[in-house]
Amino acid sequence: MRIGSRLGVGLALVVVGFAVGLMGYTFVYARGYSYLTNDPSACVNCHVMREQYDGWMASSHRRAAGCNDCHTPHDMVGKWSTKALNGFWHSFYFTTGTFHEPIRINARNRDITESACRSCHAGVVEAIDMAPRRQGRLACTGCHASVGHLH
Amino acid sequence: MADSRGGRARVSWIVITVILAALAAAGATALLLNIFERKTEARNPFYRVVELTDDTVDPAIWGKNFPQQYDGYKRTVDQVRTRYGGSEAVPRTPTQSDPRSVVAQSKLEEDPRLKTMWAGYAFATDFREERGHAYMLEDQTFTERQTVVKQPGTCLNCHASTYAAYKKLGDGDLVKGFEKLNQLPYAEARQLVSHPVACLDCHASDTMQLRITRPAFIAGMRALKAGQGVKDYDVNRDATRQEMRAFVCGQCHVEYYFKGSEKRLVYPWANGLRADDILRYYDSEQFKDWTHKDSGAPALKAQHPEFEMWSQGIHARSGVACADCHMPYKRVGALKISDHHVRSPLLNVNNACQTCHKWSEDELKDRVLTIQQRHFELRNLAMDALVALIADIKAASAGRTEAELAKPREFQRKAQFYLDFVEAENSTGFHAPQEAARVLGASIDFARQGQVAVRDIRPAPGGRR
Repeated sequence: MRIGSRLGVGLALVVVGFAVGLMGYTFVYARGYSYLTNDPSACVNCHVMREQYDGWMASSHRRAAGCNDCHTPHDMVGKWSTKALNGFWHSFYFTTGTFHEPIRINARNRDITESACRSCHAGVVEAIDMAPRRQGRLACTGCHASVGHLH
Repeated sequence: MADSRGGRARVSWIVITVILAALAAAGATALLLNIFERKTEARNPFYRVVELTDDTVDPAIWGKNFPQQYDGYKRTVDQVRTRYGGSEAVPRTPTQSDPRSVVAQSKLEEDPRLKTMWAGYAFATDFREERGHAYMLEDQTFTERQTVVKQPGTCLNCHASTYAAYKKLGDGDLVKGFEKLNQLPYAEARQLVSHPVACLDCHASDTMQLRITRPAFIAGMRALKAGQGVKDYDVNRDATRQEMRAFVCGQCHVEYYFKGSEKRLVYPWANGLRADDILRYYDSEQFKDWTHKDSGAPALKAQHPEFEMWSQGIHARSGVACADCHMPYKRVGALKISDHHVRSPLLNVNNACQTCHKWSEDELKDRVLTIQQRHFELRNLAMDALVALIADIKAASAGRTEAELAKPREFQRKAQFYLDFVEAENSTGFHAPQEAARVLGASIDFARQGQVAVRDIRPAPGGRR
């Protein structure tokens, strides 16, 4: 009984270790660690955002802001929770292949980008943002759609 | 007793852990394989299965190296309508001279005013909605227009893959071969070609880069650029990659005429690409396509000037090429390829329009249809005006001298060419809505001025006006 139990624990540990090893390898193989950085090239690990990345490389904002600067909130909690949320859904849709093409930003992420514009360009925005609240906010990207990247 | 209960609990914990770990391992493996597949997809743009040369005409051979593109190319057999364009499959009984069992709807039956406009010209006999690229050679070979007039080999420039045939006829010299093929009777020239437009008409076989293979386009662009002050323009040397994505289409989707007895194909662009510029060119060449049967006017037939009309529109202005909307990029696995299923963007709104325009498909379609609806109404006004002018000249012809009729006939020539310029253009105004409206407005004005000119002729003998 005792020997059998030890064998069972040992076997379980092997199986768990195998699973952990496999997951670890997958993580490294998929360059999972790159998503913990600020490096924009992490966003083209998969090819779906290649056009956006190429566009950003040629855009005026390339020298001023990377992907995370416009597409994640500027506070710690907001940034990492957004990374986690988007990371999960991007992986999910990329793996299953069920997403609209051409890809589109969703409402939550558009709000984040809008806030990012306003956070850096606060001086300019304050001077021109006069739209009545009930008509919704003026959106920077409504006119300046191509500053970050075309499309 | 307690010991054995604790042992059983431990066993079930072990079993649960093993099951969970196994599930996690299975999941991780599935994900790993998926990632591996995606990475592999991204790595290999194509496999070279066969060697392609500058003489490989058959697209099926190219298709072995480029199966995705070839698959799209083959799909141009589809016959799908849009509101104002696209072809409908109309069944017909094959005959000895025309074995086609399916054709497109007749435009002449849709709008009989076209018969009046083209009276005395082969187009008044048979004119159908264009079908996809796959049918270009077949439909030209068997159109009834062939039975009405003797056509030259020149026609094949845009209805067949002629690049290799040109080279063969000219012993390697493209332009010489082009000149020879132009002068052959159609039936004879037809024996020298076997495919509709094919891969090598637009692509270099070694690099796959876009290239121009039609001498008429090379000469036309040189004349156009010379008129703009650019000397010695060579489209294959000087055009950018993005320009080429429109120019390869402009090799055929343009206004043209057959110059002189050698039936040389010429694109009339020396003065520019607008309808006015082109008519001015024809006037200076004293060219006419035929003499109008009802009125005796020296008439012109405009032919599908898509390239010219596009060049006047906002999309051209923004650097958007034909291929961006008619062969938009699409994703196949990890590959981004040009969709070689050339067709109306209205049938492919998400890839064709939504890449740049962030609106719903319905909204985008509505915008296009609004433009086309307005264009179509204006086009109908112009058509009525022209038909009225032709009737007036016909009625006034008896007893009148050539000199007296010259002015109204001149107005008919103008009105007719301007109208046909947008009528023959295959976007129902969309390629350049304001330009199309301007041209139609001018056409209506010419037609009505022509009617005034008829009224102003001295009273005919016997007092009849």
